[in-house]
Amino acid sequence: MATQHSRSAARMMMAPAVVLLLGWMLVPLCMTLYFSFKKYLPLRGGDLGWVGFDNYVRFVSSSSFWPSVYATLIIVGGVLAITVVLGVLLAILLDQPMWGQGIVRMLVIAPFFVMPTVSSLVWKNMFMDPNYGLLAYLWRFFGAEPVQWMSQASLPSIVMIVSWQWLPFATLILLTAIQSLDSEQLEASEMDGAPVISRFWHIILPHLSRAITVVILIQTIFLLSIFAEIFVTTGGAFGTKTLSYLIFQRVLESQNVGLGSAGGVYAIILANIVAIFLMRIVGKNLDN
Amino acid sequence: MGRIVLDNVTKSFGNAQVIPPLQLTIEDGEFAVFVGPSGCGKSTLLRLIAGLEDVTSGKIEIDGKDVSGLAPAKRGLAMVFQSYALYPHMTVRKNIAFPLKMAGLARAEIKKRVDNAAAVLNLTDYLDRRPGQLSGGQRQRVAIGRAIVREPAAFLFDEPLSNLDAALRVGMRLEISELHERLKSTMIYVTHDQVEAMTMADKIVVLQAGVIEQVGSPLELYRAPRNTFVAGFIGSPKMNLIDGPEATKRDAHTIGIRPEHIAVSSDSGSWKGKVNVSEHLGSDTFFHVQGTGLADSLTVRADGEVSFRHGDDIYLTPREEHIHRFDAKGLRIA
Repeated sequence: MATQHSRSAARMMMAPAVVLLLGWMLVPLCMTLYFSFKKYLPLRGGDLGWVGFDNYVRFVSSSSFWPSVYATLIIVGGVLAITVVLGVLLAILLDQPMWGQGIVRMLVIAPFFVMPTVSSLVWKNMFMDPNYGLLAYLWRFFGAEPVQWMSQASLPSIVMIVSWQWLPFATLILLTAIQSLDSEQLEASEMDGAPVISRFWHIILPHLSRAITVVILIQTIFLLSIFAEIFVTTGGAFGTKTLSYLIFQRVLESQNVGLGSAGGVYAIILANIVAIFLMRIVGKNLDN
Repeated sequence: MGRIVLDNVTKSFGNAQVIPPLQLTIEDGEFAVFVGPSGCGKSTLLRLIAGLEDVTSGKIEIDGKDVSGLAPAKRGLAMVFQSYALYPHMTVRKNIAFPLKMAGLARAEIKKRVDNAAAVLNLTDYLDRRPGQLSGGQRQRVAIGRAIVREPAAFLFDEPLSNLDAALRVGMRLEISELHERLKSTMIYVTHDQVEAMTMADKIVVLQAGVIEQVGSPLELYRAPRNTFVAGFIGSPKMNLIDGPEATKRDAHTIGIRPEHIAVSSDSGSWKGKVNVSEHLGSDTFFHVQGTGLADSLTVRADGEVSFRHGDDIYLTPREEHIHRFDAKGLRIA
């Protein structure tokens, strides 16, 4: 056990980090709260005084609020489903001994190093462009009419792009989890007469459950705030306006800081609700 | 039934042959122990029998049926692993029931068999716990439980006691021996500990570098080791091996004498030396004697009450009828 002296020394040592973190979080949070109760239009008269909960009511009653919640959920849910399922399968595949394993693993991780803006532009122009994109060629090769990805299938397109970016992350975490599985457990289940599919369901998947929860938790936090992918592809059109994109539009395009701040507070609440649920799941998983 | 025959079995990993052609028969109901230093191929041999590794050539027969190409589950064997390999996310009940569930047994039958196994192994109170909440010995019993519910033709044990502390190991050794008495089924047990081999086995198979050095009952191996390797490996403390004039005198290249077959005296005897370290176990005392001119150090066993100090002169007299003689190749001279 630590002595009184070493404990107070520890507090002293940690203090700068704690103060910095608190400042980093508290100042913006307080400013957001402050502005959310004001009518503040920088280009149309500036600070126009306190308005109480007006901004909160207006943000929610706006016709674009519920569609943005819907778009957010679809994107987050879709990307999570795709990355977890494909991530598990890819991880199992990469765990097999094969020739050129190191290079293959590097290549699988590569998309994670590409900046979101760049990868979205690459996808938009090189793959999904209805005239000269690769997918359009593919469609035409089979005699089909190329899909107007960004307008006709805007949400699935964004889900696809973001999944491509996050799949390496999921694969990486799940691969390390699979590698930590005791090989004797698999051998024991083989002796116990479990065929390949049963071994996957009864041994590998339960072993991965904790890693999967971690992937879901971390990805949700980052996916709730994706922005660049929408900005450079659809610009929020065709039903791809997420909550964070809506806040961006309120603040920068409509120049309504108060309204945007109120949206920001809603986003904080939403993120916290998700976090509470996820922490409970993780906590349950970490129990044993 | 579980008569296991290995016929000219070999195993190579790449170019390295770890098991040269090997013949071995394990009779039905026998408790066979594979023993040898680490890396001698004993675990590989067990995994070949289990089907977790494929034989490179030769065949394995269980009850007269060639199983070399069969999947592990189809061979009717059960294995207890060194790490126990319990499924951590399942309760003890589910762990034990897993092979039965995979075999597609009816739920009532599964419950009956699991309850039986739990009663036999004193696990009834722990059925709803997870492996993480059990002690080492209990985990070991769960692993055994998972093996016995399948009613296999033979049990395979891969160093099952090496993760337990010394006191528990003695207890589990007895339990496994009792289990063998009760089930009367074939058991193959791999260990590097010759004490486990001596105490449990009907038949000991001593292996070195994938080659069987000797097969026999514990006392056969103790009384008549076929070569210097077996002589040095079986018995504790190790047999003293002596080269040189003392051996030539007895028409051998090397002679061996066990510590318990040497008499000690403070005034007269065949060999004279100085006591280096003495280990007092209460019942016995082991003296490590140096300066005899025969070997670097000789180990002798004396009664617990015999007392020599470090540096004292000691006289040793081997009992001639217990001297083992070996030729230049290390083989026993009859």
